[in-house]
Amino acid sequence: MSNPLEEVGHKWGMVIDQDLCTGCQACVTACAMENNIAFVGEQDAAYGRSLQWIRVERFWEGEFPEVKSTPFQPVLCQQCGQAPCEPVCPVYASVHSENQQINIQVYNRCVGTRYCANNCPYQARVFNWRDYREPGPLDNALNPDVTVRRRGIMEKCTFCVQRIVQGEDTARAEGRQMADGEVVPACAQACPTEAIVFGRLDDPDSLVSRLKRDGRAVQLLEELGTQPSVTYLKGGSSYGRNG
Amino acid sequence: MAATAKPIAPATHEEHAESRQHLMLDPRPRGEMNAMVMESMHTTSWKFWGIAFLLGIVVLVCLFLAWGYMISEGLGVAGVNRPAYWGIFLVNTVFWIGISHAGTFVSALLRVFKAEFRRPFTRAAELMTTFGLIQAGLSIFMHMGRVWLSYWLAPYPNARGLWPNFHSPLAWDFLAINTYLLASTMYLFLPLIPDLAMARDRSTGWRKVVYRVLALGFRGTEGEWAHLRTAMNIFAFAILPVMFSVHTIVAWDFAAASRPGWSSTIFGPYFVVGALHSGVAAVAMVLVVVRGTMKNMKYFIRAEHFDAIGKLMLVISMGWAYFFFNDYLVQWYGGDHWTHTLLAWHESGPLAWIWGLMLVCNVAVPWFLLWNRKIRSRPGWMFVIGLLINVGMWCERYVIIPISLTINRMPFTWQSYRPGIEIVLGIGTLAFFILLYMLASRLVPLVPVWEVQEGQMAHSLRKFGRKTVVSVSELE
Repeated sequence: MSNPLEEVGHKWGMVIDQDLCTGCQACVTACAMENNIAFVGEQDAAYGRSLQWIRVERFWEGEFPEVKSTPFQPVLCQQCGQAPCEPVCPVYASVHSENQQINIQVYNRCVGTRYCANNCPYQARVFNWRDYREPGPLDNALNPDVTVRRRGIMEKCTFCVQRIVQGEDTARAEGRQMADGEVVPACAQACPTEAIVFGRLDDPDSLVSRLKRDGRAVQLLEELGTQPSVTYLKGGSSYGRNG
Repeated sequence: MAATAKPIAPATHEEHAESRQHLMLDPRPRGEMNAMVMESMHTTSWKFWGIAFLLGIVVLVCLFLAWGYMISEGLGVAGVNRPAYWGIFLVNTVFWIGISHAGTFVSALLRVFKAEFRRPFTRAAELMTTFGLIQAGLSIFMHMGRVWLSYWLAPYPNARGLWPNFHSPLAWDFLAINTYLLASTMYLFLPLIPDLAMARDRSTGWRKVVYRVLALGFRGTEGEWAHLRTAMNIFAFAILPVMFSVHTIVAWDFAAASRPGWSSTIFGPYFVVGALHSGVAAVAMVLVVVRGTMKNMKYFIRAEHFDAIGKLMLVISMGWAYFFFNDYLVQWYGGDHWTHTLLAWHESGPLAWIWGLMLVCNVAVPWFLLWNRKIRSRPGWMFVIGLLINVGMWCERYVIIPISLTINRMPFTWQSYRPGIEIVLGIGTLAFFILLYMLASRLVPLVPVWEVQEGQMAHSLRKFGRKTVVSVSELE
């Protein structure tokens, strides 16, 4: 058995079961609370400036009232293996983390060219168009583990890297391997139907790895070759929606 | 029997009058021409100062105040959003870089190919390069979220040991635009030296001090001319690849991205031709204004020059149409679902009128009007056509940037772009360009006197049999 103290580098991944998703937006809310995501107000949100790191996409076919809705699709940063956002940043603010195998946005380094966001096929990146201040006592609820971002920089989903690092540190301090399911990002933690499953893709026995081998597994815009770390399950049974 | 060619006066009076229409065949004494240029530089009216004052206020309010407000508030006061992360800022950047191409193209390319009609207006075009690049630089810095950290794009030694990311087309862009700005400023300066020396010898007071410093002690000896000619020759040849590379690299900002409508391999030459299209049209506009408002300029800038520029505009318009069609056809033929959606959005979306206006101004207007020599020779017409072409080229960049950005592979995020403060800032850059040009027109000789004189010395009328022909001797 390898020494857990020296073990670095996991590949983290996520599976989202669209057949389980009810579109309740709990993940969006939890993500905002965990990651100090600012509220941009109604006007800016309607103009495509909301700072959500995860969004629940909803589509329908046909004209009202004969509408047929498609499964809800929560979209977050896909933490690509070949990320289009990384090479285009002129100042190395968008980089790949060796330890977690995710894309990291270095807030301090970002100068705000927004090239990464243009090049992201998933449109998962959001920009701080203004200094959005937390209203009222909400500024007391900021998470001390996460940087508060200022105007002019890009941000995006980190797979709750602060929780990953904390989990790794705890396991290392206790001299043991991390258990599957020990690290849970805020969105997965909040999901009432457990549609979001998070874990290590480099462990073939983890739940996320087993679900990824499911016959329903697809990846978003697979044809672009971005090698996303997020896998979607859909096309099986549907729970209570659409008949 | 060998034909003897010797300079003689034209046979008839009518022939003489006709040849006098050409600047090169209508020489004036050197002293008189120098005095004419000096006079044009010194003459200002209350209108000039009034317009300069108004432009100064516009620059102050629309450029510096508005920009300061945007820096303190964040880009939220502009119209950029998701998915149109790049808006009019980048449209203006590409537009101004396009304008700046005119100077180099008209000056260096026509100089290299020894096109004689270039002589009186190379400087007017070169000034546009430098001033246009300043506006392009301002526009791209406006667009940055944290402009106060923009020096991080420059490769400089620092404590973090970090260099710019040379994988990023924006890093290439930064280097290319800076190279072009430096090279074009030097290329503007070199042919200016003899004229600055001329101005130094004919002015007094503060002007004399400034010209004495800038003329670098040029006296016009054979040795100085030989060095200057060599330097200008090297720069004229060397700056051409720089010019082509700059706009190609600007095109790569888009072409290298993975987006429907952008990832097109033909964008490099397409953008270069587009830049020349707007740039040469802008030269025509500037010449009309210079000719109409500055003293003695009707002698230097004549119908023949507008005629020649008009032909150039027509050819470039055809080149642009060729690249547009090529780009369009291959994208459409590719059959990609998102590209088809994007093309449909261009042609029949709510902003389809911009797409249509682009084609009308860039293709229909020049093709239908510039065939006609009478239209080409009339400054008024050329101003209107130049203006329309520039409107069309601005629309082209608007279609490529904010309108194309609206469509991406995630339909849930589709969102239209409504410009905000960037319109004000765009007006600010335009006013700044005009203001810089106005001031420069009274500070440096706008006509390269030595170049005109050289051309007039090289041209002569010779009798060949019964015909009188123009002969150009090789002076350089």
